[in-house]
Amino acid sequence: MLNIENLTLQLPYYKHWWRREWTTCIDNLSLSIQPGEVHAVIGASGAGKSLLAYTIMGLLPEAAKTSGQLFFKDAPLTTERQRQLRGRQLALIPQSLNALDPLASSQRQVSWAARRAGQSKTVAWRSAQRALNHYQLNHHAQQAYPHQLSGGMARRVLAAMAQIGNASLIIADEPSVGLDPQQRDRVLASLKALALEGKAIMLITHDLRHALPIADHVTILRQGKCIEATPAIAFQGNGEQLKSTYACALWNALPDNTFSTQVRAKESATHADAIDPPKEPTIA
Amino acid sequence: MALDVRLIKILASRLVRLALVLLCVAMVTFGLVMLSPIDPVDAYLGPQMAQVSPEQRALIAERWDFDASPAVQFGHWLSQLLSGELGWSHIYNQSVSEVINQRFQRSFILLGSAWLMSLLVGFALGVIAGAKEGSPLDRMISGYAYVTASTPAFWLGMLAVLLFSVYLGWTPTCCAGPVGVLNQDVSMLTRLHHLVLPMTTLALLGIATITLHTRARMIALMNSEIALHAFAQGASRSDIAWRHGLRHASLPALTLAFASLGELFGGSILIEQVFAYPGLGQATVEAGLRSDVPLLLGIALFTALFVSVGNLIADSLYPLIDPRMAQEQL
Repeated sequence: MLNIENLTLQLPYYKHWWRREWTTCIDNLSLSIQPGEVHAVIGASGAGKSLLAYTIMGLLPEAAKTSGQLFFKDAPLTTERQRQLRGRQLALIPQSLNALDPLASSQRQVSWAARRAGQSKTVAWRSAQRALNHYQLNHHAQQAYPHQLSGGMARRVLAAMAQIGNASLIIADEPSVGLDPQQRDRVLASLKALALEGKAIMLITHDLRHALPIADHVTILRQGKCIEATPAIAFQGNGEQLKSTYACALWNALPDNTFSTQVRAKESATHADAIDPPKEPTIA
Repeated sequence: MALDVRLIKILASRLVRLALVLLCVAMVTFGLVMLSPIDPVDAYLGPQMAQVSPEQRALIAERWDFDASPAVQFGHWLSQLLSGELGWSHIYNQSVSEVINQRFQRSFILLGSAWLMSLLVGFALGVIAGAKEGSPLDRMISGYAYVTASTPAFWLGMLAVLLFSVYLGWTPTCCAGPVGVLNQDVSMLTRLHHLVLPMTTLALLGIATITLHTRARMIALMNSEIALHAFAQGASRSDIAWRHGLRHASLPALTLAFASLGELFGGSILIEQVFAYPGLGQATVEAGLRSDVPLLLGIALFTALFVSVGNLIADSLYPLIDPRMAQEQL
């Protein structure tokens, strides 16, 4: 459904007052997502995960420079096509709850999303209600304003907004951050359910442990580079099937896995912008 | 039930605050008049001053209790005020409340129409300009706003009279109706004809500030995560400006519109002078120049009441727009 080939993204910054320099945020990245699968993109802060989402959606600032190719449903994903497909074929669940308008009720905002996906006014209002009901938000929550909702409820409103246009690719940017375990599992399960309906889901997260149960494929990013692209099944045992030491260290750093190397491996995983590559974990 | 009680409490506390503000204004204005070089006896006598002997003057001063301490005099005035008696204006030979009532009716049309126009036009221009920062339309609108924001009101008024009344002859040069015609005989259309130039001049000044503030809020919104999320849903810029922008930008616009009532009032004093429009602003200037103390005090109090009520209205409108404020209040 989505194919990314050799994508490189550079953003400008100003060194001193006038000298413009380019920093490479995504470096020669290739990945592909099939319908019906959840593709987890894992990386620490600053690894370029959210920028990848914005690149696919076509929401980068004008100054950004990209090269490489994007294909969506076997046709090149141009700027023009991104504009036509946003909200209809491509949907984004944003990372921040600040993306909700504090001055409009949940149902109104979901119905706006439906209007933007091309539904008529009356249809949009009713489908907003249906979508919110689907995410177990009752009448009271539907009429509530974002500040009256809990974090989990607000996340579900965002999810409802993303799926209302029946998009075939849904990019979820850190959808489970800041949620308690029960809420998190609920959000992730709803993403898996969307994939089982035949949609392609890109799950952007730093939380490998909870992404693995629903993911089919995993791509690990580090400083804009893809350092591991593998079926989720490879994360088992002591990570013998993983190609990169970084992925292996990340896997072994999880509390469920080998404990002896936890501290060292975890440290290098969370501080991915440290200069040294992660050390080979010594397997006990 | 509980909601009613709370509502009454809020209303009561606001009314008490309003009364306190008015009391303070009364004290300060009274004090300023006491300190001013105005001699009420001279002002009362006017040109007949020369024909009155010092003994007669002393008699008037005694009759009016000018020997009493300022506090006692203030007490007298305040008790009269509380019984609804604002005093007698000697320059118009009418009671102060009548003068204010008559003059305010005319000023109200001028102020009200200028205020509404500056709010509506200023808001619309601000939304249009802020929706696409840096576009040619934005540059035109903000350029215009910066120029008018830095233009003094009286100067703009004088230019307008010169251009439209004297040179082009489109509008009358003065007054609220033709000279020599009784007020009640003036037709609605003629009134509007006389109103249009002072109103536009007054509105132009209000438009600039409201436009600039609305534009700033719109630009902030257009760069926010709310807008990014809307773009991700396939919204266009105008869609975002319409659905999100209007709500977000109306808060600063309303705040400014109501907070600028005092400024508008001050502007109207200048504008009414330039256009010789017989409203409350002109009466204020007359009262000051011809030492009409009761009228001056009355107008000061009335203006304070007018501006405070405006701010009160703005305060009660916020929760209707921003639900987060409604919760804090209840």
